[in-house]
Amino acid sequence: MVSPSPLALSLFEKIWRQHVIVERETGPSLLYIDRHLIHEGSFHAFSALRERGLSLRNPKQIFGVADHYVPTISRNPQDAATPEITQMITRFEKNMQWSGAHYFPIDDPRQGIVHVMGPEQGITLPGSTLTCSDSHTSTHGAFGALAFGIGQSESTHVLATQTLWQPKPKGLRVLLTGHPRAGVSGKDIILALIAQIGSSGATGHAVEFAGPAMGALSLEDRLTMCNMTIEAGARFGIIAPDDLVFDYLYGRPFAPQQGEWDQALVRWRQLSSDPGCTWDHEIELDLNVLAPMVTWGTSPEAALPITGTIPNPMDVSSIALRQSMVDALRYMALTPGTPLNTIKIDRVFIGSCTNARLADLRSAAAIFKGTRSKVPGIVVAGSMHVKRAAEQEGLDLIFKQAGLEWREPGCSMCVGINGDTAPAGERIASTSNRNFVGRQGPGVRTHLMSPAMVAAAAITGHLTDVRALHDRMSQ
Amino acid sequence: MTPFITLDGLAIPIEGRNIDTDQIIPARFLKKSRGEYGDYLFYDLRTNAEQQPRTDYILNQPIFQGATVMVCDENFGCGSSREAAVYALVDFGIRAVLAPSFGDIFYNNCLKNGVLPIVLPSALLNTLRQQLTQTAASTSPAATDFAALKIAIDLAQRSVHCSHFPEPQRFDIDPFWQECLMKGVDEIALTLGYSAQIQAFERHHRKNQPWLAPEPSN
Repeated sequence: MVSPSPLALSLFEKIWRQHVIVERETGPSLLYIDRHLIHEGSFHAFSALRERGLSLRNPKQIFGVADHYVPTISRNPQDAATPEITQMITRFEKNMQWSGAHYFPIDDPRQGIVHVMGPEQGITLPGSTLTCSDSHTSTHGAFGALAFGIGQSESTHVLATQTLWQPKPKGLRVLLTGHPRAGVSGKDIILALIAQIGSSGATGHAVEFAGPAMGALSLEDRLTMCNMTIEAGARFGIIAPDDLVFDYLYGRPFAPQQGEWDQALVRWRQLSSDPGCTWDHEIELDLNVLAPMVTWGTSPEAALPITGTIPNPMDVSSIALRQSMVDALRYMALTPGTPLNTIKIDRVFIGSCTNARLADLRSAAAIFKGTRSKVPGIVVAGSMHVKRAAEQEGLDLIFKQAGLEWREPGCSMCVGINGDTAPAGERIASTSNRNFVGRQGPGVRTHLMSPAMVAAAAITGHLTDVRALHDRMSQ
Repeated sequence: MTPFITLDGLAIPIEGRNIDTDQIIPARFLKKSRGEYGDYLFYDLRTNAEQQPRTDYILNQPIFQGATVMVCDENFGCGSSREAAVYALVDFGIRAVLAPSFGDIFYNNCLKNGVLPIVLPSALLNTLRQQLTQTAASTSPAATDFAALKIAIDLAQRSVHCSHFPEPQRFDIDPFWQECLMKGVDEIALTLGYSAQIQAFERHHRKNQPWLAPEPSN
């Protein structure tokens, strides 16, 4: 046991300190932002800039990609669900041309969901600060970046000044021990954590995932875990970068190039929390005991192992909690005591910044291989790069033969903003990140789970423990 | 930004833990222009399947028209970073939100739009919401005295008071944001005042990590 040392710093604090421009006695510091990502929802920020006669301070540190509103049936903005959405995409194009920033339009071979494309292009770098006007920006912390979601006013501020006034969050370390069993992925780990601490359990904190189990987790698992820290209330998830990250980044377009790479690597290897640094809170999670998780309610905290049953609100003593459970069960049309693995589904969605990377598609395809889905659904690759790689492996054929649609990259049915929604009353098994009321369309009921679990539900027609299909599992 | 100094306004109770920004403004309305969002505040709760106002929903009750304060439950404004959730509140007329806790991004978005987020104890606000609901039920919409539905806020004193509290309640807010709200500070203008420091930082930072402001390699 190392005793606490005032000189010992957490990974988060190290990166924070390296980016502080102005520090005040109390309150927020003026923080330098290395890279800022934007999407079609940025129109308010551009209007605000123009109104004030401002332009981008450092356009080469700004990266724009069309993902939220783009159609997934083609790469043509004219195929968007409504003329209004087409206009959103063309308006973004005009703003991007005006700005001089790096731009990945809808038909660019590098296009993808901002949180999938960023790491792929080497835009996401260890030790950097990265912002995006999207709450799932915490994803990029998996590469050891200090990455966080912001609103449009803050986005305007970054575009104009390359800085932000930010209060330093508290530190929460999640110590992962054990080894995930077959059928248990990064999605199950993060859902188990959120179920344990609640959807505001990490509000005001930066969450660092650490511990002996980290080495066993793939980059995709880590990205999924950091992605959903916001569902526990934390704007930041972060993981000390290791060789897995460095090897992945080597040679990527916006990563350090020859001559700078070695210098970068020296810096990046110092990016871990010092022994003896202090945390405001610490939680330990034993991966050995985790089972595949599914959500049953209308907040990601309403998650249980697939072996469980729908809980009874009457078992809860808090009146407010009981009422929110009653409301959730009414919306979800579920009855206490129902075994989770008997709940029938109407549709599946495989996609989103949480679970649409190549490893996610592989784990779902392994379950589908040679069989049919009992329900309709769409598979939306996270990026053009993922889509091409999946097609080279023939994964697209497996999904199509299963009866699912193989779509073009975008946020799609995770947020439904591009018109990809389900009819009211339908129940969806989804790899996305939010089971909020109406998230996938008014009156639509969402169950969150891993890609393998969605595939298992698809081939049986009801929520299913993927471990029962162990002969199909890729692991 | 409109400065926030004091407010003496009609308060509307909003029940529910973890009210996410998707509830506050459904995604399909995010394309609107500034000033147009008020009609879409809590749209899916305010309207029925035929897109008609649900008369039983609290936002549609005549007595709460003109409300400027919202009294909410835990983790209000969690989820998506969509600032339109705050635009919808502003366009509806809300200037202050009381809750036991807020989503972090939503809290920041409030500060940027002249909306004061106030954190008060859960038990106090649970009771206040009940009292407001009961008071509203027993008050005729034709009444002229809404004192029992009003909340007075003094940002300089960091205090909230209403007839249901035994004494004024103090709340915490960082002095930086307090000053920004009270003066209606333009944050970009404030930051541009630090241009020399930003430039000096940038020079040093780029010397150490030249790869951070890149041209693509291919």
